[in-house]
Amino acid sequence: MIDWLALAVALPLLGAVGAVMLPGRAPAIGLAGAVLTTSAALSVGLLVAQGTALRSDLGGWGAPLGIALAADGLSAALLVMANLVALCISVYALDYFGAGSRRHFWPLWLLLWAALNGLFLAADLFNLYVTLELLGISAAALGALTGRPEAVGANLRYLLVGLLGSMTYLLGVALLYAGLGTLDLKLAAAALTPGPLAWTVFALMVGGLLLKAALFPLHFWLPPAHAQAPAPVSAALSALVVKAAFYLVLRLWVDLFGAVTDGGAATLLGALGTGAVVWGSWRAFRAERLKLLAAYSTVAQVGYLFLFFPLLAEAPATQRQDLLGAVLLLALTHGFAKAGLFLSAGLLQKAAGHDRIADLGPSIQGLPAVALAIGLAGVALVGLPPSGTFIAKWVLLSSAIGSGQWWWAPGVVLGTLLASAYVFRVLANAFERGPRHGSLHDARGELAAAPVSIGRLAQAVPLLMTLIAVAVLGLEAEPLWDLLQDRSP
Amino acid sequence: MMAVRNLLIVAALAGIGVALAWVLWGILTGPAGDRLADLALARVPETGVSNPVTSVLLNFRAYDTLLELAVLLAAALGVWSTGKALPGFLPAGEVLRGLTATVVPLLVLSAGYMLWVGAHAPGGAFQAGALLGAAGVLLRLSGQPSAGLPALPWLRVGVGLGVLVFTLAALVLMAMGAGFLTFPLGIAKWLILVIETAATLAIGATLAAVYLAGEPLPASDAPCRQGGPRS
Amino acid sequence: MPAGRTPVLITQLIYGLGGLVLFLIGIWSFLVHEPLLRKLIALNVMGAGVFHVLIAVAYRGLETIPDPVPHALVLTGIVVAVSATALALTLGLRLGHGDD
Repeated sequence: MIDWLALAVALPLLGAVGAVMLPGRAPAIGLAGAVLTTSAALSVGLLVAQGTALRSDLGGWGAPLGIALAADGLSAALLVMANLVALCISVYALDYFGAGSRRHFWPLWLLLWAALNGLFLAADLFNLYVTLELLGISAAALGALTGRPEAVGANLRYLLVGLLGSMTYLLGVALLYAGLGTLDLKLAAAALTPGPLAWTVFALMVGGLLLKAALFPLHFWLPPAHAQAPAPVSAALSALVVKAAFYLVLRLWVDLFGAVTDGGAATLLGALGTGAVVWGSWRAFRAERLKLLAAYSTVAQVGYLFLFFPLLAEAPATQRQDLLGAVLLLALTHGFAKAGLFLSAGLLQKAAGHDRIADLGPSIQGLPAVALAIGLAGVALVGLPPSGTFIAKWVLLSSAIGSGQWWWAPGVVLGTLLASAYVFRVLANAFERGPRHGSLHDARGELAAAPVSIGRLAQAVPLLMTLIAVAVLGLEAEPLWDLLQDRSP
Repeated sequence: MMAVRNLLIVAALAGIGVALAWVLWGILTGPAGDRLADLALARVPETGVSNPVTSVLLNFRAYDTLLELAVLLAAALGVWSTGKALPGFLPAGEVLRGLTATVVPLLVLSAGYMLWVGAHAPGGAFQAGALLGAAGVLLRLSGQPSAGLPALPWLRVGVGLGVLVFTLAALVLMAMGAGFLTFPLGIAKWLILVIETAATLAIGATLAAVYLAGEPLPASDAPCRQGGPRS
Repeated sequence: MPAGRTPVLITQLIYGLGGLVLFLIGIWSFLVHEPLLRKLIALNVMGAGVFHVLIAVAYRGLETIPDPVPHALVLTGIVVAVSATALALTLGLRLGHGDD
């Protein structure tokens, strides 16, 4: 009896331990762990897609005494996305780190991966706390890997803010256990009745998670931490870690607090989301450095995700499916696109030695595969067809206008316009052919003098990911809606 | 400006505090009763140990403990990734060095006892591991640059041992058909002891290792920041 | 409410409310104080507050075995808090906060 849910967490843990104990072989063990873990996650996804939701009672005790792992359509889809993105990042990272860093990167990376899988599959509220802490600690440690003071400082702030969020979440869990006598998500949902306890626990748990999801105005820690981390780590942080916190808010909102939440909280989240979209897109437009631009773009994208809450609160049951499908599609697309963007930025940074947008022209021109990847990522971030983002924003706007909540629309439009602006700012360099610093008009000649060569495989990875974001997810989005059907066994 | 901000923070927190206190009052005077206590205590005999907290930690909620050991490992790895161990602040005095020679063996013995007794009385892997960690810190404070820990290759094994043994045990149980982390009643007691032993070593090693604030240096290369040894 | 439960309730309230007070003091200190060490102590005080609440919830009187589940949660929480504090301290040391 193979328990794929447990394997999805156990395999990366084993890989991490192997990479710790055998540091000389860390990359090989890391890659093996990556492949095995992705296989387990794909198995989970396949099983859920074919039939019912999965649930595994660890230790055989069953709720409320034991801890359970569970996968339904929503978590299975995100799990598959996270593992595929993480696999791509692992392949990219094989060449990225030098001999000194790689024995530190691989074990921490696999622990972060285990935490991600554990988070998506968790069905116990205290277990979520431990998973969140594992995620936060390994993410902060990975972000500070370069050792530069700015990186260490930014990630220390990330760690502290994350701890603040976790402690608040934990108080919520403590009060929930005190009031309901269970830590299991399903049982607690059944036992929770609207009232002061429900409201308090909701505020504490979601409040703590909002810090981790970097929703405006609690986003201040994100841009420096993501911009300073090594490129593979930035990709994981923006595409996956932040997404995991949002997933938890969504899961708690829909499953645990469904009977309790009303329009007020939803409107607040929507307002903050609008702020995130506008502020994040504006700061991205003004950013001087490519990785900082990408980090602010994440702040904006998180805003779009939270804009779905007020719509979900007001939507009739028939429309809820559409909205959930759209927010899932947006999350999946952004995962692939943002990771692809950060990995491309990493390659440019290696080629040029810096990531100042204004001076990246020769590097972009010398790496056409990377330029294409950035272009595709831009398509997905702005929301041009056929990307998944286009479909998601379409549903968002039509639902907002259709349900009479037209006030959410201007923010979305403004954010999209700004996104186009900052994407074109980056890509404009790819077409510029002016003379640079006395060199000839031949961009290839420039690059021939550069001492760093960028491997073919490393270039292929972000290209593949952004292709998935734009083409696959956009054109093949139908199955996602089926996945979200109620799959209780 | 700062004073206004601080005042606002205090006011907001006071308001939140009143609300939380009211909710807590409602909970404690409410009907929640015994929560999971009776259910847990009733099933303790099925777990292989008789200490209820150990049953919860190592059997009912063993998965939490596994992840917690992973958190410890992540912290150790994070600390190691920042650089080499820092030099000590002051050389140790005579009294400290003398006492350490007596106290550390006692700590190690107590750790072993704690580990064993955890099955049927307060105690267990974490308590024992904390004692071992304290022994390591004491050794570091008294002048040993390696805090009593083995050299780095073996230290890496030590730090990962908890997660390794726990995960392997769980996977073997799954492969044998019992289920991931499902301990059959007959072997539960010994399985838990084995896991706890590995966890104790790992926890002790991790706590001592992070006190060094970096990757350990070879024994001869750890000068103090202020002066040499007094004598 | 049965009369026999009152002493338990009083103890639970003392530790539970005390835990909440600690939690709030911790948040206040985290938001107001600048040095890294004070922020870390603040986070640990917050943690101690939550653990107090859990222990208070587990208490069932002098004659009855307490609820073991919150005790296990607290043990786990302590270890997690220590790990995070260790990493934060080390990162802070590398930044030069050693003299805070």
